[in-house]
Amino acid sequence: MDFTQWEGFQNGEWQDSVDVRDFIQTNYTPYTGDGAFLRPATARTTALLAKLEALQKEERTRGGVLDVDTTTVSSLTYYKPGYLDKDNELIVGLQTDAPLKRGVHPFGGIRMARSAAQAYGYQLSDELEAEFKFRTTHNDGVFRVYTDEMRRARKCGIITGLPDAYGRGRIIGDYRRVALYGVDVLMEEKKKDKQRIGENWMGVDNIRLSEELYQQIDFLDKLKQMGAQYGFDIGRPAGNAREAIQWLYFGYLAAIKEQNGAAMSLGRTSTFLDIYLERDLQNGTLDEAGAQELMDDFVMKLRMARLLRTPEYNELFGGDPVWITESVGGMGEDGRPMVTKNSYRVLHTLYNLGSGAEPNLTVLWSDALPEAFKVFCAQVSVDTDSIQYENDDLMRPTYGDDYAIACCVSAMKVGKQMQFFGARCNLAKLMLLAINGGYDATSGLHIGPQMPPLSGERLTYEAVKERWNIYLPWLCKLYVNTMNVIHYMHDKYSYEKIQMALHDTEVTRFMAFGVAGLSVACDSFSAIRYAQVHPVRDDNGFVTDFETTGEFPQYGNDDDRVDLIAKALLEQVSGELKRTPAYRGAIHTLSVLTITSNVVYGKKTGSTPDGRKAGQPFAPGANPMHNREKNGALASLNSVAKLPYACCRDGISNTFSIVPDALGKTPEARVENLVNILDGYFGQMAHHLNVNVLNKEQLMEAYEDPEKYPNLTIRVSGYAVNFHKLTREQQREVISRTFHQSL
Amino acid sequence: MTGRIHSIQSLGTVDGPGVRAVVFMQGCPLRCPYCHNPDTWDFAQGEPAQAQEIAQRVLRYRGYFGKSGGVTVSGGEPLAQAGFVSALFAALKAQGVHTALDTSGCLWSDDVQALLEQTDLVLLDIKAADDKSARARFSLPLEVPLSFLRRCEERGVPVWIRHVVVPGWNDSREELEALAGLLSGVSCVQRVELLPFRKFCVEKYDKMGIAFPLNGYAQGDDAAIAAAQERYFAPWNNKK
Repeated sequence: MDFTQWEGFQNGEWQDSVDVRDFIQTNYTPYTGDGAFLRPATARTTALLAKLEALQKEERTRGGVLDVDTTTVSSLTYYKPGYLDKDNELIVGLQTDAPLKRGVHPFGGIRMARSAAQAYGYQLSDELEAEFKFRTTHNDGVFRVYTDEMRRARKCGIITGLPDAYGRGRIIGDYRRVALYGVDVLMEEKKKDKQRIGENWMGVDNIRLSEELYQQIDFLDKLKQMGAQYGFDIGRPAGNAREAIQWLYFGYLAAIKEQNGAAMSLGRTSTFLDIYLERDLQNGTLDEAGAQELMDDFVMKLRMARLLRTPEYNELFGGDPVWITESVGGMGEDGRPMVTKNSYRVLHTLYNLGSGAEPNLTVLWSDALPEAFKVFCAQVSVDTDSIQYENDDLMRPTYGDDYAIACCVSAMKVGKQMQFFGARCNLAKLMLLAINGGYDATSGLHIGPQMPPLSGERLTYEAVKERWNIYLPWLCKLYVNTMNVIHYMHDKYSYEKIQMALHDTEVTRFMAFGVAGLSVACDSFSAIRYAQVHPVRDDNGFVTDFETTGEFPQYGNDDDRVDLIAKALLEQVSGELKRTPAYRGAIHTLSVLTITSNVVYGKKTGSTPDGRKAGQPFAPGANPMHNREKNGALASLNSVAKLPYACCRDGISNTFSIVPDALGKTPEARVENLVNILDGYFGQMAHHLNVNVLNKEQLMEAYEDPEKYPNLTIRVSGYAVNFHKLTREQQREVISRTFHQSL
Repeated sequence: MTGRIHSIQSLGTVDGPGVRAVVFMQGCPLRCPYCHNPDTWDFAQGEPAQAQEIAQRVLRYRGYFGKSGGVTVSGGEPLAQAGFVSALFAALKAQGVHTALDTSGCLWSDDVQALLEQTDLVLLDIKAADDKSARARFSLPLEVPLSFLRRCEERGVPVWIRHVVVPGWNDSREELEALAGLLSGVSCVQRVELLPFRKFCVEKYDKMGIAFPLNGYAQGDDAAIAAAQERYFAPWNNKK
């Protein structure tokens, strides 16, 4: 292939077939300097931002939703082109015909779409309701097949957060392909694939894949039409940096028009785009202020992405997240840093546009990253609390150097791997279920193998472990089966046509399971083993509470006695899950990631042997429980670092909040110390760290007086969120959660 | 070698350079009115521990130290368990860990002398600038910490002076000028850090049923501290 738009690029295998990685490796320019070259927002950017901020304020005033289009089924070409300010936007394209107006996505589930609209005072139109009387949604399909036991597991919350009523998300289209090759080439390649597949034996797998390819080609055509509606011919490759950003953004925009997935991540785009920006800078057709302006405009568009959710969904996930995760930095397999000037520019948008929750900026940390970039990132963390860090040295050996993070911590090779989002199971609740012989005291439901509750004045480790070894295999099998049902139906009724069109035809699939309540479960096992745990029973003999006396090792203190219990639990869960095959040959993976749902899960879980009372929140992600650490922040990090990524390939999330004074005496010391903390943590092959550098007092003020800090962004388990989008309960929980302070 | 430990704080960033693990020793012969750690006074409390075992625990944090961090032993008064701290420092230095000693310099012995040999940096609180105040407020002749400072000077051990400033109690111009006078010409003094008086410890005193002697004084003001730092201790401010 050859196109005039490729003039000035180095030749390579990327010209023979779709191979974005090869294009990047052949053409990118590593940058090892500092951020001195960066430029502030232009007057145009500032004016555009003011318009957006006014709309965002209006959105808050209206209770979180500015407007809803209740008559159109959200898709690529059904809305007229929309603009924030047509004459002044450099990058264009909105999900609907007006900024921040939300579309309706009924294919995941009409019920969810209806109740989300109703929650904000809107009614779906009669035509739309009528249309979906005769359509099967993903949600319909799932509930046709769910067994009684699956329904009960869902109802009592032992398996929870299931993507059975809306888009599953966590799929990253390789949106860069749109810019590099143009849509025409991508369509041709897919047509060839369909032809090739059709020459094989037509069994269920190939029939399904052929139909999917038909849909992919159809939606690539719609993508091209969508570009044309905005006045662009995206059939051909992008010819300059502005077009490259525009084409790439159209790819992403198509995805969020089509799908309301639980996480709609962007991928790894900034270094790819740097190649175009660098070419224009060399040509003299662009200057640095112009390059920054393009990135600012792009990020502003991403910050306008909106999905219509129910208030319950927001309560579970914390705020109103889209998880537009963008992975920045990391190292190449050849040892060159993948940091470019555009890695700096995308982070610099946090200054030019103010800190913000989206895109979810994720720095791929490596010991070998240029020192100046490490310092720059740490400075951004101290200033904005808006970035998270993940260990490139840990992931690169498995995923190479063109992977990206979906959602918070889920790594996948861009365009080559995808995942079936698997929600999570509640380990703390499972322990209570095991102790009570299959009775869930919180919901009053009987579920799982039925046997008498554990007897005796004091719980013994052996007895509880014996029960655990009966209930965990039961739960894992049920969990895999439930996910299989969900993803079969999602493929059937709400297939991600445009996102999968931007993947290779033959992809590797992961099924990403998750656990919640890890720290509660391991501390409870520790209490049972090292202290005295006396069950408190109700009239029917069911355990409803515990009296725990004596000392026991607690997770978060770098104490192997309990940390290794946590490690063993994860290995056991991972092993048990793998016994039941996953849909479509998916590889089982596991995450320790609860996002803000630790509050909701805690609410649904009775008192536990570790001393946590019924209803109290869990710790988020892999974090130790609040206020249990005795040896300070690094001991806590060391405990989390022991959790095994080998069996938790979907990620291990840890949130680190520290007050500025505890990080160092001077601004320079804080940055230097943060760099050393990151090096020390990731040097132990830990996976992920959210960093918040903020004062408890500041959060208290924001809680009492929201208008004082309208843009206060904090990091929770794997993503950034505007503090004011959390529920009051979540805000309180964040405030009470451990702030690392020194003696 | 056995010692009595109060606790280990794994992330210390204000007691010496860089990221530091801070070991708090149990037991102190002094009763300084602004003391933050009354729970470290009693020599009978704390946990007995072996120097090797504590060294192993500190080494668990080594990856975070970078080029500038290390271990700081504080207290309590580390000099009261100089043999233990000496063994701890020796074990850590053998692994290339930078060692800092946070002390009042109130004791001297052969063990203390040996400890200084293992010490890369001394964080010294000499507490007062004249003998009368030193005796009245701390029951300690000024000569005691000053002679410790001289011994550091003789051995070429770098010293950071750390001085708690309590508004209205010890922040007069005369006192601060006198302190600067005492330090001028002492070449081992690399830095003088004025520390604002804080009252976070009141809760601990209450719990222990002890009256906090300076409860009636206001907390230090960061801006005032910065101004005093600039005004009286400028010669040390830019020293590496």
